[in-house]
Amino acid sequence: MHNLTIAEIIAKLRAKEFSSTEITQHFLKRIETLDPQYNSFITVTKEQALAQAKAADKRLVKGNAPALCGVPIAHKDIFCTNGVKTSCGSKMLDNFIPPYDATVVENYAKQHAVILGKTNMDEFAMGSSNETSYYGPVKNPWAVDCVPGGSSGGSAACVAARLAPGATATDTGGSIRQPASLCGLTGIKPTYGRVSRWGMIAFASSLDQGGVLTRTAEDAAIMLNVMASFDDKDSTCVDHELSDYTATLQDSIAGMTIGIPDEYFSEGLDPRTQELVEQAIKQYEKLGAATKRISLPHSHLAVPAYYVIAPAECSANLSRFDGVRYGYRCEDPKDLEDLYTRSRGEAFGDEVKRRILVGAYALSAGYYDAYYSKAQKVRRLIKQDFVNAFNEVDLIIGPTCPSPAFKFGAKGDDPVAMYLEDIYTIATNLAGLPALSIPCGLADGKPVGLQLIGNYFQEGRLLNAAHQFQTETDFHTLSPEGI
Amino acid sequence: MELKTIENLAKLARIHINDETLAETAKSITEVLALVGQLQAADTDNIQPMAHPLDAVQRLREDVVTETDQHASFQAIAPATENNLYLVPKVIG
Repeated sequence: MHNLTIAEIIAKLRAKEFSSTEITQHFLKRIETLDPQYNSFITVTKEQALAQAKAADKRLVKGNAPALCGVPIAHKDIFCTNGVKTSCGSKMLDNFIPPYDATVVENYAKQHAVILGKTNMDEFAMGSSNETSYYGPVKNPWAVDCVPGGSSGGSAACVAARLAPGATATDTGGSIRQPASLCGLTGIKPTYGRVSRWGMIAFASSLDQGGVLTRTAEDAAIMLNVMASFDDKDSTCVDHELSDYTATLQDSIAGMTIGIPDEYFSEGLDPRTQELVEQAIKQYEKLGAATKRISLPHSHLAVPAYYVIAPAECSANLSRFDGVRYGYRCEDPKDLEDLYTRSRGEAFGDEVKRRILVGAYALSAGYYDAYYSKAQKVRRLIKQDFVNAFNEVDLIIGPTCPSPAFKFGAKGDDPVAMYLEDIYTIATNLAGLPALSIPCGLADGKPVGLQLIGNYFQEGRLLNAAHQFQTETDFHTLSPEGI
Repeated sequence: MELKTIENLAKLARIHINDETLAETAKSITEVLALVGQLQAADTDNIQPMAHPLDAVQRLREDVVTETDQHASFQAIAPATENNLYLVPKVIG
């Protein structure tokens, strides 16, 4: 039952092959028995899930139930859930029970989807290995001595281990696509503003975007159909016409032009990854797409620009955690200053502190122009590279990550080495473009991801191209040994 | 980066850093600043800074009340409250 895709679960619930309660119980049982070895959940909402499943079963009997009615999924622990702890992977919010639901959570609730629990993540979504979580690292189901990627490591690991058929996630610099790549999944980050950020705990507000992790492009389309919405409560949400992403999955991609950026196949790319990505490109040619070499000349500046802009926004966003209104408060503060500094000093982990300090530095008087303003200008150059490229091509293709999953601690002492993990994913966040990762093979038994980048609001075309690839290949059907 | 600079930054950001970890923090922040220093070589003459990927502008809404009073549920999760107020250590001596 756990190997079914979301599309199959939807069909079988309607054909009454099993009930929502039965499949929910099945996944809850798997989480209980198997998750201790992966640590992909921070909170399992068993009672609530069973109640939701029971209610969904009644609706399914009545007929006319929404698509995801009764389908069990998991939420990344960054989305606020009314009455259910939302930690964002931090000691700071270990005791935080939000009094409201995020819009994304509300969107799935309206569908009567069943929520199995909240997934583990890097603290405040800052990390590419899930090693910065206050709740301990998540293990990659493909190789338990390796990281699952991050920051949405828990969402990725639980879907890869078949503990949930799909999960919500967020992507600020690669936090959906990189774990998708490392765990052999399909993961899509939509256009900036496509998904509401209301109730999604903010890291870098001009880059953060919600998306999904699933096993297939079809499932991603089904989940994104529900997640995407215009929301007045998020002032940066874009009021752009909504599409049915499942409607265009079957379209032929013959005649499509796919750009291959030279900069994404340079030094630092693992040769096995390169070989698998090149084979995938050949598959696209077989499907009738034309390929074309292109250049994104400012690519090398994406990581440096990101590590000014993201920390700057993070230092502003995380100033809300003051030990006064909610979250962690230190013991016996001697004065207000002591309350602030010790609450934050004791509850934030090293990487979060590092980014707040870097951000505070980049925004401080005398450095603002040299760092922040400079990075915002480079951001425009990076966006312009993509605008120019999309005058010539429909999609851009390349690797998602420089190499497959690495071992725990491998990049432990070197923040910059960890930052370079997102070298191919960060530019699209800076430009605000949609992008996805799909599996394109195994290197030494570990998954390798193929990245597709689309023009603004072209999620449908991206999912179409991903689905066509999955129609001709079976990489997305592979599962970790023993699962 | 000098330790004094880190101490000052930590004070500005209201984050207590232990003396034992100060040197390590300074070292890693220096590495990050070396990475972002690569930006200086970019030619950005006549380029406007970009704050929003779609260059969107702030939306306006009707000036009507949309939020109801929820102080009870908001304060229920606060570390310390009294008489509907958030409690902090004494500020005025």
